[in-house]
Amino acid sequence: MSVFIIRRLMQAMLVVLVMSFLVFAGVYVVGDPTQILVADDADQAERARVIAELGLDQPFHMQYLQFLGGALSGNLGESFRFNEPALQLILERLPATLELAFVALAIAVFFGIPLGTWAGLRPESPVAKTIMTGSILGFSLPTFWVGIMMILLFAVILGWLPSTGRSDEITYVLGFPTTLFSLDGWAHILLPAVNLALFKLSLVIRLSRAGAREVVHQDYIKFARAKGLSESRVILVHVMKNILIPVVTVLGLEFGGLVAFSVVTETVFAWPGIGKLLIESISFLDRPVIVAYLMIIVLIFVFLNLVVDIAYSILDPRVRLQDMKS
Amino acid sequence: MTMIRRLGAVAIAFGAFTTPVYAEDITIGLAAEPSSMDPYFHNLGPNNALIGHMFERLVEFDANQQLIPGLATEWKAVSDTVWELKLRKDTTFHDGSAFTADDVIFSFARADQYEGGNSSFRTYTKGKTVTKVDDLTVRIATEAPYPLMPNDLTTVMMMSSGAKGTGDPAKNKGIEAKDFNDGTATIGTGPFRFVEWKKGERVTLKKFDKYNGGLKQPFDNVTFKFIPAQPARVAALMAGDVDMIDNVPTVDIARLKKDSSVALSQGVSNRVIYLHLDQFREKSPFVTTVDGKPLDKNPLLDPKVRKALSLMINRQAIVDRVMEGVALPAGQLLPDGFFGRSPNLTADPYDPKAAKKLLAEAGWGDGFGLTIHGPNDRYINDSKICEAIGQMLTANGIPTKVETMTKNVFFSRASKGGPDKSPEFSFILVGWGSGTGEASSPLKSLLATFDPKKGFGASNRGRHSNPKMDEALVAALATVDDKQRGALLAEATDIGIGQDMGIIPLHYQVNTWATRKGLAYHARTDERTVAYDVYKK
Repeated sequence: MSVFIIRRLMQAMLVVLVMSFLVFAGVYVVGDPTQILVADDADQAERARVIAELGLDQPFHMQYLQFLGGALSGNLGESFRFNEPALQLILERLPATLELAFVALAIAVFFGIPLGTWAGLRPESPVAKTIMTGSILGFSLPTFWVGIMMILLFAVILGWLPSTGRSDEITYVLGFPTTLFSLDGWAHILLPAVNLALFKLSLVIRLSRAGAREVVHQDYIKFARAKGLSESRVILVHVMKNILIPVVTVLGLEFGGLVAFSVVTETVFAWPGIGKLLIESISFLDRPVIVAYLMIIVLIFVFLNLVVDIAYSILDPRVRLQDMKS
Repeated sequence: MTMIRRLGAVAIAFGAFTTPVYAEDITIGLAAEPSSMDPYFHNLGPNNALIGHMFERLVEFDANQQLIPGLATEWKAVSDTVWELKLRKDTTFHDGSAFTADDVIFSFARADQYEGGNSSFRTYTKGKTVTKVDDLTVRIATEAPYPLMPNDLTTVMMMSSGAKGTGDPAKNKGIEAKDFNDGTATIGTGPFRFVEWKKGERVTLKKFDKYNGGLKQPFDNVTFKFIPAQPARVAALMAGDVDMIDNVPTVDIARLKKDSSVALSQGVSNRVIYLHLDQFREKSPFVTTVDGKPLDKNPLLDPKVRKALSLMINRQAIVDRVMEGVALPAGQLLPDGFFGRSPNLTADPYDPKAAKKLLAEAGWGDGFGLTIHGPNDRYINDSKICEAIGQMLTANGIPTKVETMTKNVFFSRASKGGPDKSPEFSFILVGWGSGTGEASSPLKSLLATFDPKKGFGASNRGRHSNPKMDEALVAALATVDDKQRGALLAEATDIGIGQDMGIIPLHYQVNTWATRKGLAYHARTDERTVAYDVYKK
């Protein structure tokens, strides 16, 4: 087991190193940040001064090595725009994004699995067909459009929920700031979370439907039924449990996606998370923040993959054994 | 239902009776967030607007960029090179300490020697020596006569010399940007005091009760929320989550006008949208023959050709169709009412016949091909304007391709994307807002001969150059007498635009703010969104 984990960890570190180069090089080739940062009426000398101060007069490999050196000691550079450590800027806003992603994931799971299972067990019923049609909409409607429509309906026309932003009523749970313990917090998070969840909800519905259809015809289900178990026990224990394996795998990875790609939702709802920070940093060409953001996302993905791999090997001994042999 | 209404009316009447003074608050949705609360960290529009609530300048701009007293109540030139300023009496900082000449000297020193930051105020502080005469009088000396002194004084904000920071004492007076961001050093004399900045979310300010200056304090609490997405900003206003928004998208203006719960405030800005043309290369990379083959001569070098292009552009059509009426056709660098305008220049009419004649005279009667480059996320409707111009020129025998790109790619390439860091493009759409509120700023940056040593032509991406214009401009920059200086600036404009067509002005941007009913805004020409210019209707 430990050999397995060590091997996975080393692979993960290699991935992070390669990504750091790709990310840095990719961001480096885009534009010149001083063209955006420096005031229009600054003269040439002032421009040169800012370029030198930000270290942009150095050749690419020097900038990259400096970045790597800093990164090894936990410093991902200072934001050009705010003059504060990029990592700190991101960590300040990460809780808001994690909270949003968590609620979205919860919505996707709590609605997606029952709906999908239902649709899988009774595929010909009109309800199942409605669910499946709905999931196509969830896949195909663009997030920003749905977000704006939701704001228009629930905030502007009906006036039930606030249109933008996050609640002020923050509670600290084990040092983690969250707004989920207040009504105002839920009022603010509901629209963006549903917006962010729609795609994942459709995904979970499809996954659990496919799983249910497959599992229902398995011998052990027939056997359970033959044994005279109640229908609810068959579905809740025997069907559900077997559906959950692929769903958990995918969701583990998708959570990373929720965090990384909440950009659109956060922008539409002015949710003060890392996605909004990323968009603003891109428009200001704030390279250190963009790079730090992408590095953190890479780390999150690598970590989640690792966790999923390990969880898999625990759940399914065949994976572990295979890896040991090779 | 009537019962409820009556109850409501009673409640309101009762409320009005018992609390004669309402706490009036305002929440403003801004498109752009400042990058710091440090007044000298970043000379950038959103910073200058928001920090200006807490820190005052010696001289302030009113909504039309006319000079009004700020922390200096009087200013005059006592000799060609020395200006004397009287400071406002009995002024206190938010922490209760008195504002004196020492704070002015301290502020100038910190601004001038600022290390780090993204673009400093050195442009406005360099070459100026501040000395104290008495507690409420300072003198500012320059090496050469410097008529723009009052205008420059509208930029640098005054901070308290008693402010303490956590930084290295040798750098920025020991006060770091983060000391301002958390409120430690955010001590000004302005009409509002700092409460909190939650990055990415909001800035909250509170009325300063001991304020004794000329800016208004219409509200007790001011909250700025940062909502960059355009539809979300409009929705926030319509949902009542904010009382006011800036940068109303032109597509929403017609709809909001019909909405009785919303009021619009519009005003022309100091920003001119214009075209720069390659005037420094014999062979220009994006100028081709009519059928797109490389051309070994550059027609844009000829002022007649540039004038002809200007006459092919139907500015009124751009204003009406592309800008939905929210712009003014432009014939020079600044709209009516600004200092240093030329009385002789108006927007060129749409006159294709005259344009063809001029082209024929210049030897380009058969036309040539162009590519117009522009940003697509910097100015109001920028990419649509490029497309309109492309169509207009193509229709008049100058087949024009249109290429737009995001601003952070565009400006790098437009300024120094070519060989030897020369401008890459031949024909571009850009804009310029005059921060000093008069004509010398655009003349110096856009039309004066490119010269890094003198700091001239820093944004002259067409490299227009005319020694006569430079001469008039240099003379103007050294003339203290307003009338003479105005005439010299007008002369420089007449040469640079009237005679040379060094740039082709298109229109002046008109900015739109939207407020909930009952409020209105003095639309500012400098595009700032400030709570002290909001008023109740």
